Amino acid sequence: MKRTTAVFLAVLLFAAACDSGSGGGNTSSASVPGVTDTEVVVGTHMPLTGPAAAGYSKIAPATKAYFDFVNAGGGINGRKITYKIKDDGYNPATTQQVVRELVLQDKVFAILNGLGTPTHSGVLDFLKTNRVPDLFVASGSRSWNQPDKYPGTFGFNPDYTVEGKVLGTYVKENLAGKKACFLGQGDDFGKDSLAGIEKTLGPIADKQTYVTSNPNVGPQMGALKAAGCQVVLLATIPGFTALSIGTAAKIGFKPQFVVSNVGADPATVSKALGPAAALLEGVVAANYLPLTTDDASPWIQLFKKVNAQYNGGAEFDNNIVYGMAVAYLFVQSLQAAGKDLTRDGIIAAVQKNGFQGPGLVPLRFSDKDHSGYGGTQLTKIEGGKAVFFGQAYSTDDGDSPVQPYTGQAVTPPQNGIPAA
Amino acid sequence: MTGVLQKSPTRSGQTLARRRRRVPPLVPIILGALLVLALTYVLPPFRNYQLATVGAYFTVTAGLTVLTGLNGQLSLGHGALMATGAYTFALAQNRWLSMPLSVLAAILTTTLAGVVIGLAAARLRGPYLAGLTLAVAVVVPSVTSTFDETFNSDMGLSVALDPPPGVVPMEQWQAWLCWAGALVTAFLLATLVRGRFGRDLRAVRDDETAARLAGVHVARTQVIAFVVSAACAGLAGVLFAFLAQSVSPGAFPLTLSLFLVMAIVIGGLGRLVGALLGAVLLVALPALAQTASERSGSQHLEGNLALVIFGVVLVVVMLAAPGGLASIHTNFRRKR
Amino acid sequence: MDRFVYLTFDGLSRGAVYAAFALALVLIWRAARIVNFAQGAMAVAAVYVGYSVTEKTGSYWLGFAASLVFGLLLGIAVEKAVMRFVDHSSPLNGVVVALGLVLIVQGVLGILYGNEYRPVETPFRRDAFEVGGVALLSRYDVFVFAAVGAVVVALTVLFTRTPVGLRMRAAAFAPDVSRLLGVPVGGMLTLGWALAAAVGSLAGMLVVPTELGLHPTAMDVVFVSAFTAAVVGGLDSPIGAVTGGLIVGLLLSYVSGYLGATVAPMAVLLLLVVVLLGRPGGLFSSSKARLA
Repeated sequence: MKRTTAVFLAVLLFAAACDSGSGGGNTSSASVPGVTDTEVVVGTHMPLTGPAAAGYSKIAPATKAYFDFVNAGGGINGRKITYKIKDDGYNPATTQQVVRELVLQDKVFAILNGLGTPTHSGVLDFLKTNRVPDLFVASGSRSWNQPDKYPGTFGFNPDYTVEGKVLGTYVKENLAGKKACFLGQGDDFGKDSLAGIEKTLGPIADKQTYVTSNPNVGPQMGALKAAGCQVVLLATIPGFTALSIGTAAKIGFKPQFVVSNVGADPATVSKALGPAAALLEGVVAANYLPLTTDDASPWIQLFKKVNAQYNGGAEFDNNIVYGMAVAYLFVQSLQAAGKDLTRDGIIAAVQKNGFQGPGLVPLRFSDKDHSGYGGTQLTKIEGGKAVFFGQAYSTDDGDSPVQPYTGQAVTPPQNGIPAA
Repeated sequence: MTGVLQKSPTRSGQTLARRRRRVPPLVPIILGALLVLALTYVLPPFRNYQLATVGAYFTVTAGLTVLTGLNGQLSLGHGALMATGAYTFALAQNRWLSMPLSVLAAILTTTLAGVVIGLAAARLRGPYLAGLTLAVAVVVPSVTSTFDETFNSDMGLSVALDPPPGVVPMEQWQAWLCWAGALVTAFLLATLVRGRFGRDLRAVRDDETAARLAGVHVARTQVIAFVVSAACAGLAGVLFAFLAQSVSPGAFPLTLSLFLVMAIVIGGLGRLVGALLGAVLLVALPALAQTASERSGSQHLEGNLALVIFGVVLVVVMLAAPGGLASIHTNFRRKR
Repeated sequence: MDRFVYLTFDGLSRGAVYAAFALALVLIWRAARIVNFAQGAMAVAAVYVGYSVTEKTGSYWLGFAASLVFGLLLGIAVEKAVMRFVDHSSPLNGVVVALGLVLIVQGVLGILYGNEYRPVETPFRRDAFEVGGVALLSRYDVFVFAAVGAVVVALTVLFTRTPVGLRMRAAAFAPDVSRLLGVPVGGMLTLGWALAAAVGSLAGMLVVPTELGLHPTAMDVVFVSAFTAAVVGGLDSPIGAVTGGLIVGLLLSYVSGYLGATVAPMAVLLLLVVVLLGRPGGLFSSSKARLA
């Protein structure tokens, strides 16, 4: 008796959940999921809570803010963009749940900028089976670039290997003869980055790894100091960049730090360093989007305006620029896909590429290549601010050389919304 | 301490026993199977997926409630046992692509792990057992990173799966398989604990010395209890890998192990019904909390409000109905 | 050899914090027979209070004091408002309620402060003195050792030399008899929670600046290490907690230094297995503790 009662209870609970869940996202009679004449619904998964939420939780609201800005201008082809943000706490199991909810329940047109390598890897097959466009994944893994296996998935960030090759080239050309060492996260981020660095720089003298579950890099920095390293390349997330630089200073170890873009946002890192932020002076890093402190950049002016109007004036850091750059690219894709918006249509439009936006290097999209930005430019921290130096470089994750990119930067259109 | 412990379990134990004589375990299982089958045809795909997730959770909570509720051993490491099952399943499946073989391999490996941990566990009591199993729970990412050629560190492995037979939609197929696993597990457990073994389990939980005097082999009973619940966790791990089509250490964090314990306690310790209710809550509560916080519309609240709601529900239920949700019904009936 | 010395000091300064936190767990275990899973979250809340006070007043020490006082009050509040009403017929109920508290505290902190890491000031410089080219200890490390040492001494004196300490021990070991003898058992329990929460806050104030910074989940990892330390030492033994903390700190440092950071959690598991198989109640258990 009791078991059946319980099962009925379960059913009731489900019914309740159904009621509360199916409120939004109903898409009348249109044949394309998530698209009506007046609306296009896209969704994303992001860590909004938990340790990984630091910094990243600002990306999706920035993206949404830019969409609100576009919507206020009438939307794209008469359609307003609705952005559904789901919290997955950086837990792959939760990602499974929320992405299915977005696709099956909320019937989104596409998944945009889902964040994280372990989280997003798990939903690739599901998205493929359901033929959902999986645009501009927020991670530098090379997994997104498998057009044969996952035809609907596209990256955004330059992958870690591309970046590693550029950083390695910098060390080889400018810090020649110095002993170069490496500290990286103990996963694909660290591994791919190291692979890229070694492609251009040759074998690294001393390599150390860390795991996010143990926030103490004392032993690793001690080893690098003992090995007499003069240059330390970091493939670290922002908290661990701060921790590494702080720990090095603590033990009187002062190498030249060269940091991956992932962990190099000066705002985040210097905040984490607190009073010790001065240690960041001279740190070399990489970036492929305009710098937050570059007020002369028309892109920064645009994004700052949108941030003030539609994002409640959130503190303006790399994450905001990133979120808006993603939004801009998505709007460009919508424009390119035309009035009759379909899932195949937007994938074809992204593959056709030709996008010009805030990025310093071109996007590599084509029918054979689904990776994102194909290069990066070096920055140095001077007077507490990151500044670009030298020129942008482009390369790929294979053996092609690292070459200077000479294309001209573009400016955003007058109204800040890309035209068709 | 053990003296205080006995009170409420014995009471519920009696009701359990009384009812058990009336209803053979097969009847509710078949009813349950029919109900699930019917549900899979009416529910939309996402609800089917959630239903399947409930089944997968039920598989592990059922085994855990036998271990913790009936035998009194607290394990905070069942998430790691699930990971063991899930990874074995993934590796076997990617090599041979034969579901039955992979499932069997996964359950066997997890059983073996259960034997090892169970042997250690039988010597430990209360918080010491909790401490050991906690260390097991946090070791998963360490193992996958250290042996990354096999386990591919944080990225994990994707799982090769045959498509569902015929025109059955994926989510419906998932619900079928998960509930098949869950109900078979529930049936086996119900059969197991209603016999002599169940009496031994409870005897050891209530008073080890008395149990020993009555001729119960205490250590053996404890190890078997651990192994049985480990096998259930292994199967649940398989179901999770099957649902997600992938495995990664991030999917089996310490919080999973803790949530499993919360689920069985809130549902009602030592009862399969409690385990089922707990499994439902594990799926429904976060979803409801998230919906509530989405409605509130504030960015700062998103996610965080869900945590608060979840926490408040936990505390309130534990203070208002310490026997778990399943006990509310019993109390009500008794009062009548 | 240099490397060994370096790793030893690195491990000791980390281990001292685990020791303090393990001590807080032991305090509550001895008073209430509950492993307080909310200890980490409560400590983080106290550190946030200290952080806010320091922000407002510009004084580290005011914030430090505010944090400890808040920890004390939070301990009282949790015991009086929640834990007192938990049905202790199953020891698991307390565990689940504590886990519920963790979610509530972390959620509320996330709502109030957001999910960003915030840097926390240290009262002393963190760059280490070098001896023969090996970086040993910083002023801050010395402060950590001193603070933890002071707590250990204060608690020892409290429990062994004062009437209140005697009552607390009596109330914990034989509540019914104590009640008959006029000991306010409930009050002693509250005092135990208050003390433990304050010690937990101290540990939080000490460790947060040396890690990633202040975050609602900042103490989760510390909690796991400290719980391990308490189990290794024996949950009934304050000396055990301190020894366990230092052992775990050293082990993590040596293993990370010599074998790699990814191996460290496995080494901790191995340590637990070896210790507990030899002594199922921890290193410093009496035979009585084992059945508890």
